[in-house]
Amino acid sequence: MTDSRFVDKISGRAVPLRGNDIDTDRIIPARFLKSVSFEGLETHAFEDDRKQLEERGQVHPFSNPSYAGARILVVNGNFGCGSSREHAPQALQRWGIRAVVGESFSEIFFGNSVALGMPCLTVAAADAEALLAAAEGDPQAEVRVSVSAQTVAVNGKTYQASVPAGAREAFTAGTWDATGLLLDDFEQVKKVAASLPYVSGF
Amino acid sequence: MGQTLLQKVWDRHAVRTLPTGQTQLFIGLHLIHEVTSPQAFDMIRMRGDRVAFPDRTFATVDHIVPTLNQRRPFLDVLAEEMMCALEKNCREFGIPLYDIDNPGQGIVHVIGPELGLTQPGMTIACGDSHTSTHGAFGAIAFGIGTSQVRDVLASQCLAMEPLKVRRITVNGSLRPGVFAKDVILDIIRRLGVKGGTGYAYEYGGDAFDRMTMEERMTVCNMSIEGAARVGYVNPDETTFKYVEGRAFAPKGADFAKARSWWKSLASDSNATYDDVVLMDAGAIEPTVTWGINPGQSVGITEKLPSPGDVGASDKASVAEALEFMSFRGGMPIAGTKIDVAFIGSCTNGRISDLREAARLAKGRRVASNVKALVVPGSQSVRKLAEQEGLDKIFMEAGFEWRGAGCSMCLAMNPDQLQGRQICASSSNRNFKGRQGSPTGRTLLMSPAMVAAAAIAGEVVDVRKMLDREEVHA
Ligand code: SF4
Repeated sequence: MTDSRFVDKISGRAVPLRGNDIDTDRIIPARFLKSVSFEGLETHAFEDDRKQLEERGQVHPFSNPSYAGARILVVNGNFGCGSSREHAPQALQRWGIRAVVGESFSEIFFGNSVALGMPCLTVAAADAEALLAAAEGDPQAEVRVSVSAQTVAVNGKTYQASVPAGAREAFTAGTWDATGLLLDDFEQVKKVAASLPYVSGF
Repeated sequence: MGQTLLQKVWDRHAVRTLPTGQTQLFIGLHLIHEVTSPQAFDMIRMRGDRVAFPDRTFATVDHIVPTLNQRRPFLDVLAEEMMCALEKNCREFGIPLYDIDNPGQGIVHVIGPELGLTQPGMTIACGDSHTSTHGAFGAIAFGIGTSQVRDVLASQCLAMEPLKVRRITVNGSLRPGVFAKDVILDIIRRLGVKGGTGYAYEYGGDAFDRMTMEERMTVCNMSIEGAARVGYVNPDETTFKYVEGRAFAPKGADFAKARSWWKSLASDSNATYDDVVLMDAGAIEPTVTWGINPGQSVGITEKLPSPGDVGASDKASVAEALEFMSFRGGMPIAGTKIDVAFIGSCTNGRISDLREAARLAKGRRVASNVKALVVPGSQSVRKLAEQEGLDKIFMEAGFEWRGAGCSMCLAMNPDQLQGRQICASSSNRNFKGRQGSPTGRTLLMSPAMVAAAAIAGEVVDVRKMLDREEVHA
């Protein structure tokens, strides 16, 4: 196994995406879920939003060549709400995103991202604004994220971020792919199952 | 000190504390469907794992099924491919499948309760955010992503962070023409679409005590729209009566034992909560969403907000929603012309929902410019409705009567909005593009309100169409 299991320091350019309550139907519309694999999802990330802006002569950050190759996504509040589809973080990760920074995340989106090794860091609303402005002002600016230190830094400024202890440990210890961990003590799993009246009989 | 149902059920299912500090939680019932499971099975195969508890796993097909012509192979090759993948995976791993030829088939959150798979005190997971529906039985039920579907397949467990509990007490009587759907839309409107982050919602109070199981399911179903991953009602006699006699329910002497176990799991009267909210059922109006998230709603007699009416943090979203919907702040929601009416989904596709809608439709006609669909939540619901003659009432009124599935709730089948159409919908999400057209518009409301809108051709107060005596009773 390579060290890609250990997720901590991530740096790269950032793509700014403004708006509260951006739901997973917008990140990846349902029609692209009609597949038995996750392959190719990245080409459809934000497809409808991108088209609608284009029709009005505007450019969605995910269509803007200045942000091609960005590794960090900066958002506002309640990002990833709605449908539990893992296709949403899959599409972002396959597009190149390695970490998401924002004011808040939906729990299911957050958990799905943990399972993919893509940390979501929470920052204060004003700091999310500052980070959005930094990426808008200079698409080349290098953003540095540290999961263990819970910080996001850009243009010589460091912002306090937070990642819940459980997820932080999972990233830095390389156990974010939970299956192995959950199978470690299968005897205990069987014991709990047997103790439940609806499993073993009332 | 007393405990909540959440704490009791959680403790009974906790396997151990993981090195991450999370709880390894045993999952008593795993429900799967065609959209979020194929990649999980591939991951299992790649790892060389088996399905740990195939007899605690049940599959059905719902999201992609066509509702007009359900013959196999499906005309949509991608849908057919997903169906075949599910069949193959279930065969290979020994998982029971309620497929399209099975009378038990339907939307996963409709058939779990119908078959008696859903029971109080269980932990239930499904790769679908509306799994919160099953909380109506006093189960702890939540939606998960595909990697977590893999985790549950392989280990029957999940790594979970603990949840806080917010008690939402609704006292008083719902006024005629006001339904469970209006209760949950009102809760989300008040507490906000992110208000439930980190919480399980415990619903109680005499309004909930009087609700049927189907009404409780409607409320629990949309907990996730208020960001509460889990929503539940403590099990009571209504719950036990509903479960008794169903295919997978405990039988005979076992049922009596199960009943007392279930009873013991209800929150203690002196339980402590992380937060408490009190609401008055009598103050709730028929409610309709006007925007692009389920919290953007108004009572039918109210007017839409303007960006100027709301706090700084909501200005941008109100402006964005008004623009997307082509609505203006200050306009009433009543009178909004509609193009499509959809009655169905895991929120409101059960028999009581169809009965309410049929009561409105009986002897009336759908407006000539409206396309109206009724999609039962399951094949059993469809059959029961036909036995009661509801199909005829709908068809005579000009509604289309369809096969069971998710249909226009997320439009992964041919039932989709076109262009800028506006749909009065009994489903649960009004997100941009949700009903199949990227620019299509959705107004969420109760099934009775959808039926009323279909007939009037525009959003109307259902109370004006109900019998006078009922309204003034
Ligand atoms: S009816 Fe809608 S919300 Fe319910 S499971 Fe189907 S797609 Fe999801």
